[in-house]
Amino acid sequence: MKQYTNVITAYLIMFTLIIMVGVLQSWSIALTILNYCLISAVMTIGANIQWGYAGLINFGIMGYTALGGLAVVLISVAPVDEAWSVGGLNMMICLGIIIGIILAIRYTLKKIAPSKKRNYLIAFIIIIGILILRIISAPAIEGIESVEPAKTGFLGGLGLPVLISWIGGAFLAAGLAFIVGKVALGLRADYLAIATLLIAEIVVSIIKHEDWLARGVKNVIGLKRPAPYEINLQKSQWFIDLVENFHSSKLALISSVTEKQELLNQLVIDASSVYVKLCFTGLFLSVVIILLILTQKALYSPWGRMMRAIRDNEEAAGAMGKNVVKQHLLIFILGSAIVGIAGAMMVTNDGLFTPGSYRPMRYTFVIWVMVIVGGTGNNFGAILGGFVVWFLWVEAAPIALFFINLFTSHLPETNEIRVHLINSAPYFRFLTIGIVLLIIMRFRPQGILPEKIIKN
Amino acid sequence: MDFINAILVLLNFTVIPALTYGSQLALGAIFVTLIYGILRFANFATGDMMSFGTMFAVLLTYYFQSIGIDLGIFPTALITIPFAIFMMILYMLTIDKFVFEYYRIKKSPPVQLAMVSVGVMFVTQAIIRIIIGPADRTFMDGKKFILKASEFKEMTGFNEGLTIKSTQGITIIITLIAVSIMFWFLNKTKTGTSMRAYSDNEDLALLSGIDPKRVVLITWIIAGILATIGGILYGLDKSYRPFVYFNNMLPIFAAAIVGGIGNPYGAFLGGYVIAFAEIFLTYAYKRFFTYILPDALEPNSMLQLLSTDYKFAVSFSILVIVLLFRPSGIFKGKTL
Repeated sequence: MKQYTNVITAYLIMFTLIIMVGVLQSWSIALTILNYCLISAVMTIGANIQWGYAGLINFGIMGYTALGGLAVVLISVAPVDEAWSVGGLNMMICLGIIIGIILAIRYTLKKIAPSKKRNYLIAFIIIIGILILRIISAPAIEGIESVEPAKTGFLGGLGLPVLISWIGGAFLAAGLAFIVGKVALGLRADYLAIATLLIAEIVVSIIKHEDWLARGVKNVIGLKRPAPYEINLQKSQWFIDLVENFHSSKLALISSVTEKQELLNQLVIDASSVYVKLCFTGLFLSVVIILLILTQKALYSPWGRMMRAIRDNEEAAGAMGKNVVKQHLLIFILGSAIVGIAGAMMVTNDGLFTPGSYRPMRYTFVIWVMVIVGGTGNNFGAILGGFVVWFLWVEAAPIALFFINLFTSHLPETNEIRVHLINSAPYFRFLTIGIVLLIIMRFRPQGILPEKIIKN
Repeated sequence: MDFINAILVLLNFTVIPALTYGSQLALGAIFVTLIYGILRFANFATGDMMSFGTMFAVLLTYYFQSIGIDLGIFPTALITIPFAIFMMILYMLTIDKFVFEYYRIKKSPPVQLAMVSVGVMFVTQAIIRIIIGPADRTFMDGKKFILKASEFKEMTGFNEGLTIKSTQGITIIITLIAVSIMFWFLNKTKTGTSMRAYSDNEDLALLSGIDPKRVVLITWIIAGILATIGGILYGLDKSYRPFVYFNNMLPIFAAAIVGGIGNPYGAFLGGYVIAFAEIFLTYAYKRFFTYILPDALEPNSMLQLLSTDYKFAVSFSILVIVLLFRPSGIFKGKTL
């Protein structure tokens, strides 16, 4: 029990903070923060598998998050039949050609010995393939994008339930991770960081600018939800009864019937949004718990020990007959798949897919700060990092505002410095995160909850 | 005649912009490479450090404009360069003292230093946004063009005009001066040689009596000068916006790695490789081919290889290809 005191204290403090937000600000805000904390936790579990277990730096988290989001659109949105009839066939042929190019390259890689000739042949295959792709896809893309451009203008998805898309997100991200891993995993750590960062940028720019795929920067709104809608809840009798029971003492104090009805309506509206968020919380929490159990089991299995051995001494592990390259690729794929799930969860939670919002600051660097602050190599630590840093990220601005007001209270309301500081309160979140990272790196480089190695 | 017109189109829309953009990237890439070669880490705060120096140039330009100082036909920002460089070096040395020095003395692995630089990136971004805000600002004044298209047409009688913006001229000239002084310093002076020795083999350099503190100090000073100049030139040419500067870090990294990280010559050329690739691959060649081909073959499509949306993606793809086939960079930097 004693060894878990740290963990339990840290989590208790975190939940007290969130409850304080609920009491001081509102329960709706507290639940929003909690939901995002849980999504961040899934991302940090993914990043922690790569960095904590295997020592692989992946600065491309943004790319996998975006692919997870894309999966929600591709799987849950209803197909746009008109667009399919205009350009569906051509796009399918293009997909076939892409597969053909990949197979051709694989074949050349296998059959021809490494030489300049082989490189030229591969370049030739790629260039010819791209030319054919452009010729076939150009009219189709034009056709698809002109189908009701204000509303659709894209192929749509498969129309399946949204929860399936979470798994789809994992597979898409895993597919990208396979390619990236094959290309970049041999590189030294900081090169790998830069390469993954740039590849993620390429992925996001493709999602942004290929409008036929997911409307690009025009965004997809009104995605399906695994939870009930507020409007429907406010109309259903059982929900109104529930709210009435819950607040019965409060309602009993009011004698006037109309006032009572008004208050009840207001309470039902508030409660409906809280109820929807609670549904999401439940879903996200179960994902986090399942992943936590799986990753903990993996960490303390022979496989986890092997990963740590590879991380701490690649040569020695290789000499013991472990296939370092293969294991690195495997763990890179696993971690990225988990990040993909998180990306899908986030888009589902927001109900909209906005490719323009994927920026490395928010989706790569903040996640990394979470992993480092929480504790690399420790899943409980990584999850805690997700909670702490997301909480700071959201609450830094209000807290900064409070302090600015406190310190400048002797200045008049119109004082230029005061006005300027109050206007720049949102940017204090960058300052807070940066300073937290620097302090942790300096004084507790293993993170809040350091890695624990259980011996026997 | 048609042939010259075609060449003029290319010069005007690809070569000159690419030279300008390449110079700006090259300055940033040398900054990255110096830090990597001598302090031995990938500095993720690159873009924001450039932005930090530029911020002072912008603020001082506004100040000078308000008290009526200007340079006539040249942009006022040129006078602010020394002040901006001074502030930048001060900031870099402070950061080094409080943040990087500890890890350097402890001999932490490069990855840890790179993570620390991410922290510095966050802090720098916050400071910039708190001081100047995230808005888009132009601070270019003075004469706008060295050569206007209409003037050129009148002078020569060609169909196509050649425009040279004064910022383009200034960028290329200042870059050439700054970079040649830097290479002279690195190759001909004793301090420069000791820096190269330190970069090649730290232990051997220390044994032969090179003072590491001095090497680090000089490195930050040179880096500060290059980063500020690069940032100011980019801001003059386009405009100053903190977010854009953060994003510029990515092609700058690409340039440094393509050129061979740790090798300043490579970084310098890498900047131009990236810039030319970006612009040549995303330029619509229709006008060029209308001049060069006979009338019967005149093209009716845009003849654009990639849409300009993929400008960044081009440089990153080049990086990936280089990493695959020549991981030490085109011009051989440190081996991986």
